[in-house]
Amino acid sequence: MRELSLHILDIAENGITAGADCIHILVEEARTTDLLTIKITDNGQGMPAEKLKKLTDPFVTSRTTRRVGLGLSLVAAASERCEGRLTVKTGPGAGTEVVATFRYSHIDRAPVGDMAATITTLIMGNPQIDFVYTHIINGEEFTLDTRELKAEMGDLSLTNPVVIHHLAASIRNSLGQLTAKSGP
Amino acid sequence: MAKLTIEDLKRIKEQTAKSTSLRDGDANVKITVHMGTCGIAAGARAVMNALMEEMAAADRQDIRVVTSGCMGMCSSEPNVTVEIQNGEPIVYQHMDSNRMRQVFKRHALLGEVQTDFALAKM
Repeated sequence: MRELSLHILDIAENGITAGADCIHILVEEARTTDLLTIKITDNGQGMPAEKLKKLTDPFVTSRTTRRVGLGLSLVAAASERCEGRLTVKTGPGAGTEVVATFRYSHIDRAPVGDMAATITTLIMGNPQIDFVYTHIINGEEFTLDTRELKAEMGDLSLTNPVVIHHLAASIRNSLGQLTAKSGP
Repeated sequence: MAKLTIEDLKRIKEQTAKSTSLRDGDANVKITVHMGTCGIAAGARAVMNALMEEMAAADRQDIRVVTSGCMGMCSSEPNVTVEIQNGEPIVYQHMDSNRMRQVFKRHALLGEVQTDFALAKM
């Protein structure tokens, strides 16, 4: 994947397939300590311990449409080549937490990329699911919670294309401010 | 802590109310963007974003956009399925932003199947 935000989209879609109705996405850019952390938590059905062991084996998958599963294997590879690691916590009925770390300044680290596109794609394609997106740059934090947005917007659907359009612009704007505030 | 502010939301709400008819009616057209790992790696998010832009411009409340997983035809990703009520679902292959715009304008809005890009009838 060219951007880490595409991995995030992919892992979040996994959670949705696992029957989650709320997905937490955290991106933390701790530039001062040279660490990038991505954490995606879902409240889906989780996985048994047996499966956890084989999680990053591309030839193990729960899908039925093809025989290889690449999503987590790709994240693991991306993070390990940047001196980071992938950790997954899960249990049957306990949801799944995926944490990938990266050395922020590593030459092989893909850019975080267009998070606004990832978040709006998730919201647009999955109106019944709630997303809580937190982005931290050097301690400066931005949060978007679709449960709050839905309450605020009343009868106006979040998937209304015009709303989505403005939402994307707002996210880009806020992340830009975050970057500016957090210094060089 | 930065947040999407209430002012932001109010502004969005006002602008939306101005430019669209509010009620969500029944969906007559369903567009599915396939978002498996294969689709995402091949560019499905860009396709989705082009689709969202076209949706905002067209202002049609009867078109529903959803995402789904991989359907097993990874080599032809990004795939998009367009289904008009009472019609056969058409799967389009190797989509990109421009193809998506064309399929949206011709097929979703006008009902003309774009056979050049089609992979299959379902």
